[in-house]
Amino acid sequence: MTPLGFTLIVLGISYVAGLLGSLVGVGGGIIVVPALTLLMGVSIQKAIAASIISVIATSSGAAASYVSERITNMRLGMVLEVATVAGALTGAYLAAIVSGKWLFMTFALVLFYTVWTMLRPKGHRIEPAPDPLADRLALHGSFFDRSVGQQISYRVSRTKLGLAVGYVAGVASGLLGIGGGVLKVPVMNLAMGIPIKVCTATSNFMIGVTAASSAAVYLMRGEVLPFVAAPVAVGVLLGARTGARVMGGLHSGAIRVIFVVVLAVSAAQMLLKGLR
Amino acid sequence: MTSVPGKKHAATEDVISRVLRVGVTASLALISAGSLLSFVQGGGYGGDHSEVARLTGTGGAFPRNVAWLVGGLLHANGQAVIVLGLILLIATPVVRVAVSTAAFAQQRDRAYVAITLVVLALLGVSFVLGKAG
Repeated sequence: MTPLGFTLIVLGISYVAGLLGSLVGVGGGIIVVPALTLLMGVSIQKAIAASIISVIATSSGAAASYVSERITNMRLGMVLEVATVAGALTGAYLAAIVSGKWLFMTFALVLFYTVWTMLRPKGHRIEPAPDPLADRLALHGSFFDRSVGQQISYRVSRTKLGLAVGYVAGVASGLLGIGGGVLKVPVMNLAMGIPIKVCTATSNFMIGVTAASSAAVYLMRGEVLPFVAAPVAVGVLLGARTGARVMGGLHSGAIRVIFVVVLAVSAAQMLLKGLR
Repeated sequence: MTSVPGKKHAATEDVISRVLRVGVTASLALISAGSLLSFVQGGGYGGDHSEVARLTGTGGAFPRNVAWLVGGLLHANGQAVIVLGLILLIATPVVRVAVSTAAFAQQRDRAYVAITLVVLALLGVSFVLGKAG
């Protein structure tokens, strides 16, 4: 394979990853890392570093729209960011000391978890509880829900749980080069009482800065290879934009099935690679 | 800030949205231009399959000092242009946090100035940590 061939194939794979990811509501990193390691022979550390760069691009792009549409709860985002960024630093630090074997196995675990979250029935909402911290930080909010044509108000509860989960999601992000929305969004929605659209928007808002902190670590460590990171960043972003545009007109059921199969196969492959 | 409606808040949201949009677009343009430049210049990108092995670097780390970057940019080196784009992309969310710190300071919202400063400090640590690790 020539460098040009490699670039074009990675560009194509990343485009598909960004497209599929945005259609089913998952970031591109979760497909890009397996694709780069399993199909293209890139080392897992370099694949993770390239992926985290693309995560900044897609989440910041999406966050720009959500913020201007006033769906994002920026105060909540900034509070939880303290935890996600601290987690990302931990994760990026850990990535340097654990072996590739463990990275493959941990990644496989997160892939299996993602498959499970996509297959399980929607969880039950936990009853809201009074949260003095949320009151003090004025986290409660409202947004205009276009699908029902009215302003929806909501109260935030269990901020401390949100911080704890944010930290874990940050570790996963820094360690594995993914956004970590898969881990945060269900908890924000079901336990913190935040409407799903606000969860997605706010999660995206946080992911940009979370990924930036671990990307800085990878960059300064010399793990970010321009040759790999460039086509991944451009491909995933363009794919995600296409996905956002065609979203309404597609049968998401079939796409979800394809996606779950791709993830499950990748998970098994990554696990085997880790065990070997 | 969604929770407290008001004119100033509205402006902050638009500024933040623009920072993110411009940052992402500009950095992706640099990354694309740098890639094209690398292929035009040859210099490693023009070779055969043995070059791919080198470029996907199973071995060493990529140079990451300022002297290399500045020197590369002065010679319009494609990879240096890509790295500039990558740095701009990483800086975009950092600028977003700094903008919100300024907005909270303007509203005299001390708690949120402190919270966003902690995030900025952690981001500062990440650069140092990478250099040390």
